[in-house]
Order: sequence, then structure tokens, then C-alpha cells
Amino acid sequence: MDDLIKEFLVESYENLDRLDRDFVELEKNPSTETLGSIFRAIHTIKGTCGFLGFSKLESVSHAGENLLSLLRDGQLQVSPPITDALLAMVDAIRQILASLEANGSEGERDDSALIERLGRLQRGETLLATPQVVAAEEPKKKRARKKRAAPSPTLAAAAAEPRIGEILVQQGQVKPEDVDRALDQQAQGDPHRVGEILVQQGSVKPAEVLEALQSQNESKAAISDSTVRVDVGLLDKLMNLVGELVLSRNQIMQFAASQEDAMFAATSQHLNLVTGELQEGVMKTRMQPIGNVWNKFPRVVRDLAATCGKQVRVEMKGAETELDRTIIEAIKDPLTHVVRNSVDHGIESPEARVAAGKPAEGCLLLRAYHEGGQVNIEISDDGGGVNSEKIRDKALQKGLVTAEQVSRMSERELVNLIFAPGLSTAERVTNVSGRGVGMDVVKTNIEKIGGTVDVQSRSGQGTTLKVKIPLTLAIIPALMVTTGGDRYAIPQVSLLELVRIRGREAGEAIEMVHGAPVYRLRGNLLPLVYLNRELHLEFKSERAAVNIVVLQADGQQFGLVVDSISDSKDIVVKPLGKHLKNIAVFSGATILGDGKVALILDVIGIAQSANVVSQTRERAINNTTAAFQETGGERQALLICRHGKDERIGIPLSSVARLEQFPLSTVERSSAHQVVQYRGEIMPLVRLAQVLGASGYDEESKETIEVVVYSERGKSVGLVVDQITDIVEERMAVKSNCHGNHLLGTAVVQGKVTDILDVRGVIESVDQSYLAQPQAA
Amino acid sequence: MALVKQFATFYLDRLLFGVEVGKVQEVIRYQEMTRVPLAPSVVTGLINLRGQIVAALDLRRRLELTERAADRLPMNVVVRAGDEAVSLLVDEIGDVLEVEDESFEPPPETLKGVAHELIRGAYKLKDRLLLVLDTEKAVSIPA
Repeated sequence: MDDLIKEFLVESYENLDRLDRDFVELEKNPSTETLGSIFRAIHTIKGTCGFLGFSKLESVSHAGENLLSLLRDGQLQVSPPITDALLAMVDAIRQILASLEANGSEGERDDSALIERLGRLQRGETLLATPQVVAAEEPKKKRARKKRAAPSPTLAAAAAEPRIGEILVQQGQVKPEDVDRALDQQAQGDPHRVGEILVQQGSVKPAEVLEALQSQNESKAAISDSTVRVDVGLLDKLMNLVGELVLSRNQIMQFAASQEDAMFAATSQHLNLVTGELQEGVMKTRMQPIGNVWNKFPRVVRDLAATCGKQVRVEMKGAETELDRTIIEAIKDPLTHVVRNSVDHGIESPEARVAAGKPAEGCLLLRAYHEGGQVNIEISDDGGGVNSEKIRDKALQKGLVTAEQVSRMSERELVNLIFAPGLSTAERVTNVSGRGVGMDVVKTNIEKIGGTVDVQSRSGQGTTLKVKIPLTLAIIPALMVTTGGDRYAIPQVSLLELVRIRGREAGEAIEMVHGAPVYRLRGNLLPLVYLNRELHLEFKSERAAVNIVVLQADGQQFGLVVDSISDSKDIVVKPLGKHLKNIAVFSGATILGDGKVALILDVIGIAQSANVVSQTRERAINNTTAAFQETGGERQALLICRHGKDERIGIPLSSVARLEQFPLSTVERSSAHQVVQYRGEIMPLVRLAQVLGASGYDEESKETIEVVVYSERGKSVGLVVDQITDIVEERMAVKSNCHGNHLLGTAVVQGKVTDILDVRGVIESVDQSYLAQPQAA
Repeated sequence: MALVKQFATFYLDRLLFGVEVGKVQEVIRYQEMTRVPLAPSVVTGLINLRGQIVAALDLRRRLELTERAADRLPMNVVVRAGDEAVSLLVDEIGDVLEVEDESFEPPPETLKGVAHELIRGAYKLKDRLLLVLDTEKAVSIPA
């Protein structure tokens, strides 16, 4: 296609996206600025397509432009029929553009009816007159405009975004109440601008208003001048090259470590820094504000609300929150579905709302923010909430849950049943939602990109749907495992825990249920999947130990048995070519530090190919219900360690920051304490055997020590234990007794008597003041 | 004047094959590969081509020739196929040859099976035949 036309299409699409929003804004708040912006956008499209010779497009946009120019000049007032016609025009333009993009021609279409409609409106032949409110308000506004233009041209020239009041409040020069008061005054007919009213009130000095106005103008100018449009393919290529550069950098750093040359060391250090910054920078170029997706929602909501006979206002917070563009692509459809659902099912009709004592206009709030390396997106409505009884009846009727399960479910769990497949749309198919994209699909799509969804609802007050998604798909943390001599990466999001069973115990620990291997993990049967069998690799029967990676797929846990487990690292995800796309157990590939390629396992794919998922869906519900019930009790998670010969000691998992292994050779001494260098700090070690006076501890035969790291206020202490055996989570009754200040008490765990360690007490018994001291800088 | 075309050539089981020079991205020596379990047997593995992950197809298997001796390391002829690159594993790399259109003949009807689909024809060189490989068909594997 002609470059010129391509450019025109890109530009026009951008203009149209903004138009949708402007129109909705216009209906609520008809200002000349919005009208001007709409007029300019249509005018640009008309001008360019006339130049390019697209006559149909030109005639449609020309008719729209004529109508708009009357509106802009105030000869006509904005009214719903006019907005409808203008939106229809935007749709027509969009269709023509789509056809141009697809086959280079405007297509066979007849827009004469639309042009006629626009023309009639232009001549003032409306069926219904303009609404009273708008008509009454408009002349007042115009008067205001004229009056203020004279005394202060600077103020009049300023645009309305961002609002002057907001800027002043942000700068801390006025209180929000003052601005509200000024706005009220304006609403009551004061012709002055907010800034002027504030000056009159004496809340702010004129100079400060001028300064704020300047920053208002700058913020507008800066955006258009400082951006460049770049092809996404180019960014992807850059990202690939940077990934490659990172690998080369790693190799050079490794090489530099073995060299003595100071010059070389300095240069490679510099290369290291620059590469890191470059990587970060290129990652940023792929980020897009979530507002790009949200922009189309006001229009979607407006149209939908009109068909449902509802009044809905859309509010957005955090539209500037940035996400990787691949994720933006992936969440577009799920979010649209959720928004449609909220309007269709969530928000009640104006009559019902008024009857319930709520304002007739419902509110749909979209909120996005960063939290802990993830992006949270919330879609809340102030509607009637999810009717959990209805959901329960439906789920029972469909046989998704049993009556017994339901009786044990909390309100929140019941509400979350809307994500169960088969439930979502069945009951409430309308022409709006329920088009075959159920909430289960929303959930699946969001989980596909490593996200989670949760819904909370309060009867009569509304529903909030919370989506958590990773910042980027391009670089993810993954666990590296080896099977059949090859390395594979498992995305960390699906990883729950690692279990290692030693060779001679393996025979007993792994049981068979009708030919299917299972492992008892804290009382629950964990189905096992052997990776080498799934991948049809050669099977080695004798092994030193069984390594189980406990994974979560689609709400179901299973254990993946691999030959060995190595470390976890951040990997750059690359797609598999068309030859390998159909293999469900792989989701991509990555390049490791040594330059070799490793495949990334698709956890859901493996679960499906091993039939883990479908069989056991019911059990998953069982488990979560059980877990939910027991949290109220004395349920506690313990790290079980062996010390001495046979004594078991439990360390509350809440006091465990990390588990580490150190070679004995790295243990150093510092003023009577044993210490190790750990994450750039010096960490004191406490030998549990010494503190508890256990017997039979034979250190000489070991080359490494097992350390439980405890952290408090940035300071870490390592507890040296003989052996870490398990992590359990059980309901237990802790009996406190005479063991002194090292133990919290004793409990029966896994059927065995286990001492529960008081970690803080142990550390304080060795050095009373260490934890109390402030952390050294 | 006769039309002249350039072909990058390589050997497979003593046969001389050629691919139009324009379709070849690069020719590289043996690269270590990561095998892909469950993949079609033609896909020998994945190689790291300067940060790009490229599938390597064994052309001997694709053409249903005899297996390469285990001690012979294949070479990579990387060709562009659509918007992705694919590596073809061959025995040895030959010269870039210039051939004239007149010496071209379509494949004989007696050529059977896969070879008939994948070989577009032959250029009659002085001492041997240059078989022209249809790269688009060669890299598309029946599922």
C-alpha cells in the first residue's frame, strides 16, 4: 500500500479514537473547546481524503463538518439526535477506513441516507427540540466567554486541561475547598474563570495563577512536540538485539573476572552499566499507558447504556499506568467484556436506583496502579452487586458444585463461582453480553498471561473486579530444571513449592492409585506427572532422588517430576516458530547465559496433556473450601528440621525469610561469632544444635551447611540446622511447657511430637542487642 | 543474451542442490542445537542465531534420503521463509554458481514422492545436475 495512505490511516484512526471520547464528553459538558477539537479532527480527515481522492469518505466527512461548524459557531445546540448522527458518521468513516486498509478501495457503499440525515439536522429540522438544560446553559456560557476575553487575554487563552484549580491545589497554593467554592460560584452564574474567582477571594496571588497557567500550557505543548511515531516491529527488533547484547555482556563480564588488566576491567564495568540502562530503556519503549485501551470504553458504555435504558458515567483513575504492549493487546477483550457486563448486569435501571436511594446515574470506575511489580486493574460499579443466592442455585442446578460444598462456601467464594465454566452466560443471555464470551473465558485469558482475577461484591452496593497482571511478558522469572539431559524453564507464576524425596524413600513415598502415581503432600494426594514421559524422552529407572516441582494449573495442583532442579532466573521469552507452535507443552523458548536455547514449559499445556486438569476440577474446589474453613482455626505452617539424631523441630514459616545452603568453607569468624557473607552483608550464624544442646551433631562429614534465614528490619540472622526435612501446614494445638525461652512449645505434627522454635528467643539468647540495634548504613 | 541466475549450492548425500541466492540469509557452520521433544522428526532442534531462535530442519529427512552418518556434523543454510528464518541442515556447502535459464529442465515424471514436490527442476551443468530446491515447500512441514 502507498506509504501516504498508510500514514493517513494511522493518523485518522488516532483521531477517531479521540473523537469517540470527545463526543461523549460533549454530551455531558458542551464546551467550545471540545467542539473545536472534534471539528479539527473531522476537518483534517476531510482535507486529506479529498487530496487522496477518496470521494465517499470526503462526502461523509464533509456533511459532518458542515454540521459541526454550525455547532462550533453556536448556531445550533448539541442534542442527542445530533450526537447520534455524528457518532454514526464516525462509524461510517471507520468502516470506510477499514475497507481502505483491507483492499485499498472505499468499497461499495451508499451513505446518502446518513448525509441526508446530517444535512437535515444542519438545517435545524430536528424531530425533538434540544433539551432544555443545554439550551438554557449555553448562552450563559457564551456570555461568560466574551466578558472574560477582554480583561485578561492570558487567562482566556489557556486551555481547560489540566484544570487550573487542580494545578494550584497540586502546587499547594490553595485548598481544595477554595476551588470547590469557586466552582460552585461559577456554576451559579459567576462569569469569571476559576483563577480569577480565587484571586478575588484572596485565596491566591495573581502571580501564582499566571505561573500555574504557564505550566498548564507547557504540559500541552510538550506532549505533541516530544514524541515520535515508531514502528512496533522496530521496537521488537531492538528488544531482541538488546537481549543479545545482554548475553554478550555476561560473557565479557565472565571473561573480565579472570583477567588482571585494570583497564579492561574498567571498560567492561562501564559496558555492564550501559547495557543495563539500555535494556531498561528499551523495555520502557514497549510500554503503553492502559488509557489506550480504556479510551474506547466511554463510547462502549454510552451506547450500551442507551440500549439498556440506563444512565452510566465512566470514571478513570491511573489511565497513565504503563504496561507492555503485548499485555495491553491481551487484556483488551477481557476488559471490554467485563465493562459490558458491569453495565448490562451490574448497574440497575435509573428507577431501581432511585428507589434504592442511589443517584439515578450509575458510576463505573476504572482504576489502575502498580503494586509489587504487578499491575492491578479494578473495574467497579455501584450497582446491585452479584446475587450470590442466584449464582449458588444456578451452580447447583448445573451440577458444578454439590450441595455440601455450597453449604461450606463463603459469600466471597460463591461470588467467585461466576468464573466457573458453564455458569456465566447461561442464565442471562441478552443481546449485549452473553455473546459466548463468558466470565470463564475472561479468567482463562487473564491467567494465560500470568494474571489473576478476583471478584468482590456487596449486595446493593456494587461489584469490584480486580485483575492482577505482570508488567511484561517479555522478561519473566523462571525456574530452570533438567530432564533427559536438557534444560527447561518453568514460569515462576505457576510454581508453588519444591519437594525432594531421597532415593531410598522414593519407593514408599510415591504410591500408585490405579496406575497413576501420587504423592502425599501434607495429607492431600498430589498427582504426579513425569516430565520425561510427557516429552517421550528416555526413562532412567534408577535415580538418586525424586525432584518434584509442585505446580498450579487452572486451580489444580500437580507435581512435575524432573531429573534435577537448578536455579531460578529472569529469562527473555521468545516465540517458537510456526513449526513448533502446535506443541501444547511448550509456550516459547529462551536463550540461556551460555548462549544455548532452552524451551519454556507451558504448565497448563502439560496439565492438559497429562489429563490432570479435567479429572480433578471438583477436588480443587474441595481443597480451597477446606483451606478456607481451616484458616479460622489454629492452622499453622511449619518448617520441619531434624536436629540431633531423631529430634524434630518446627520453625514457624512466618519467621523464615529464606532457606540457603552455604559451603562450609565460606563460614568466617568475626569477634566470637561465626558469620557468612550474604547478599552483600555480613550475616551472623547461630548454630541451633549448640543453643538447644543437641547431641550427635557431626559437622565434619558435611561440606555445606543448611541455613534458615530470619530477617527483621533489614537485618538477617542465619540459623544453622542439621537438615531441613519438610514444610507442613496443619491444624495443631501447641502446648507450652518447660522448655525455657528457646521454644514456643510442643505440638503433634504429622503424627510426631515436634518442638516449636521461638526464633527470636533463640537469637536474643545468643546476642541480646543485635536485633535491637539499628541497621548499620 | 541469456538470463543468468545465481544459486547457493550444497550437498546432500552426494547430490548437488541449489537455492536462489536471494532467499539465503546466511550460511554458518555447525551450531549446537536444543532438541525439541514431541516435534516432527524433521525438526532437529533450535539454534541461537544472534539472539533469534531458529528451527533447524534436517533436509535429508525432509527429502527422505538416508540418514547422515552420526560423526558428520551438518552445516546450516539459513533461509527466509515468510517473516521467520529457518535453518536447513545440509552435508556440505558448495560454491555460488551462475547458471543460464536455457539449461533448466523440469523434474522428470519418474521422480517420485516428496522429491517431486520439493525439487522444482534441474540445471544441466557440465559435469553434473544442479537440483533446485523449492524452499517454501521444503520449510513447510505437513502436520
